[in-house]
Amino acid sequence: MAYFLQQLINGLTLGSIYGLIAIGYTMVYGIIGMINFAHGEIYMIGAFVTIISLLVLASAGVTSIPVALVLTLIVTMFFTSAYGWTVERIAYRPLRASHKLAPLISAIGMSIFLQNYVQLLQGARGKPLPPIVTGGFTLMDSGGFSVHLSYLQLFIFLLTVALMAGFSTLIASTPLGRAQRACEQDLGMAALLGVDVDRTISLTFVMGAALAAVAGLMVTLYWGVVDFFIGFLAGVKAFTAAVLGGVGSLPGAMLGGLLIGLIEAFWSGYFSVQYKDVSVFAILVLVLIFRPTGLLGKPEVEKV
Amino acid sequence: MAVQAIAAARPGAVPSALKEAGLAALVAFVLALPLVGLQTVDSGGGALGIATHFDRVAYGVAAVFLGRLALIFWRGRRQSRPADAPSVMARVSELSARFSLPIAVVGIALAIGLPFMPFASRYVVDLGTTVLIYVMLGWGLNVVVGLAGLLDLGYVAFYAVGAYSFGLLARTFGFGFWEALPLAGAFAASFGIILGFPVLRLRGDYLAIVTLGFGEIIRIVLTNWSNVTGGPNGIGNIPRPTFFGLPFERNAPHGGLTFSKFFGIDFTPDHRVWALYFIILMLALLTNFFTLRIRRLPVGRAWEALREDEVACRALGINATNVKLSAFAIGAMFGGFAGCFFGARQGFISPESFNFIQSAIILAIVVLGGMGSQTGVVLAALVLVCIPELGRDLADFRMLAFGAAMVGIMIWRPRGLLAHRAPTVRLHRRGDPVPAPAGAAP
Repeated sequence: MAYFLQQLINGLTLGSIYGLIAIGYTMVYGIIGMINFAHGEIYMIGAFVTIISLLVLASAGVTSIPVALVLTLIVTMFFTSAYGWTVERIAYRPLRASHKLAPLISAIGMSIFLQNYVQLLQGARGKPLPPIVTGGFTLMDSGGFSVHLSYLQLFIFLLTVALMAGFSTLIASTPLGRAQRACEQDLGMAALLGVDVDRTISLTFVMGAALAAVAGLMVTLYWGVVDFFIGFLAGVKAFTAAVLGGVGSLPGAMLGGLLIGLIEAFWSGYFSVQYKDVSVFAILVLVLIFRPTGLLGKPEVEKV
Repeated sequence: MAVQAIAAARPGAVPSALKEAGLAALVAFVLALPLVGLQTVDSGGGALGIATHFDRVAYGVAAVFLGRLALIFWRGRRQSRPADAPSVMARVSELSARFSLPIAVVGIALAIGLPFMPFASRYVVDLGTTVLIYVMLGWGLNVVVGLAGLLDLGYVAFYAVGAYSFGLLARTFGFGFWEALPLAGAFAASFGIILGFPVLRLRGDYLAIVTLGFGEIIRIVLTNWSNVTGGPNGIGNIPRPTFFGLPFERNAPHGGLTFSKFFGIDFTPDHRVWALYFIILMLALLTNFFTLRIRRLPVGRAWEALREDEVACRALGINATNVKLSAFAIGAMFGGFAGCFFGARQGFISPESFNFIQSAIILAIVVLGGMGSQTGVVLAALVLVCIPELGRDLADFRMLAFGAAMVGIMIWRPRGLLAHRAPTVRLHRRGDPVPAPAGAAP
């Protein structure tokens, strides 16, 4: 039981991170119908900006951990969003009118480019960071196995919940959110009715990148080491999460992320660590066979 | 002077161009500041320190500013040309489609003649072999993506299945290359059917992600199933291809004849490089010939019809799942052949060779070449294999350039380099007068 609870906590932590990345995929897919393959790299850039920002703050003499974290959060979201915006502007906007595979290839190229860009500038070796947020609660102690909920995990949960709440409000009740929902339903019609489609799409990429940046910050603090290659697998899993939850649905992306995190944690806890990624993909295949629209997705009617 | 010409043509053009370039430079500054300007370095004892490179940021920003200005200027000049003049590449595409037969003949002649050219060192022939592997993979994937319109992001899985089939058959049963080749293709095709059966009902993008996942599963299994696949160490000592049983060695293992002894020529290691080159050339041409012929069969027609409109195909009574499955299996089979050849060429295979980047490169070759265009695949394979090769001196920058080239080519030619799609079936022969419809006014 204690072991189960511990895996549950670990899985939810991982799942929060995947969920935040998955939102970026699902929003972009909902609006322009493309798999933003470079989104995983945006998350990786977020992790690198986090580490750089923390180091700069430390050398500037900021010793208070909460202040450093809040400043880093703002800095990371800002710079990573700039990358998200630029990627859309350079690699996707010129291809919006062309056939479906063109933006995908462009995105794969962008992903390769960004990976090597970071590798070249920051080095290929993993970047270790000493634990910044330490300590935690012991929830339960049974039979020599104690269940820990670290302050860091708590921080990740709370930040995820806060972001999700803020984000849902933004989508549900601001002019920008309305424009995004309009674009999701019908780009051409939205443009005719005076929605600035280009600006809305740009802002969607900025928002997705900001959330991915937060995920990057979390993963840097949680694992304590980042390298230039973390974006690929996290990106694939987050996309899996988005598909699992139903592409285009925001609560679906979060739910999918949490499920993927839980599956991964329980699989590595009870079966084998080597095959944890296989478990994620196997579940994805099963879901797609039995419920092709994902858990919370709307059934799609194919029109002639 | 050129700037003056633009200023005269469009008042306010220069200030707005400067403003635009300034904005681009500002964005570049924001992008470069954290990742270029500040570098994490090991400061001893496992801790990280920060090194500053603000000079690089300045160079980068200046380069973006000037580059953007140049781009605006170039676009301004292009706009002054008549709008209906087709671009150079469009004309090249059309010509390549019209003269596809002569181009094919010349291309094949060049490919056959390559090892006999004066500049053909061992390195050139080896590079040619690499290009041909990618050409063959591109042609194989073209069946799936270009003809049937199914997006496959995990094609490398079938390549891996082919290579490991040969590796395991050789290690366990002592199979040679030629015996293992058909089996490798058959194994890969059955994997294609096993994967395709459940997932081919899915929509295009879901199919993409499932195939990607399948590619990763194969790689993870190959890495972790150590007692069969050798794990990360892979399989070594894979036998080389022979010439009708004559090995390309100095001395045959059991005192038998070798290729050089049989033909009474001096032994050089180049013979094997040449033989590999001709084997892959033959395999690639076989792939191409097969594809060209099958396009004229009902199943090939069904692939292309399915790509254009699935609902219409269903309405016409085409079994969409079976047709897709056949494309998937045939594409996988060619991937398996190529994998088998890859194993024989390297003599050593490990999961490292079958990562996602390979799938991305193969897909990029198909799409960059112009989907469905067989000549385009050759052109794209040449470009994509040679970019990293030319950049060998700039080892660190070559994958960077590769990614940038993928983005750049896509933006320049979104439908691919040679994207001239001609109808496969015509009601009337090209050039024939079209008969007037009955009852038309004279």
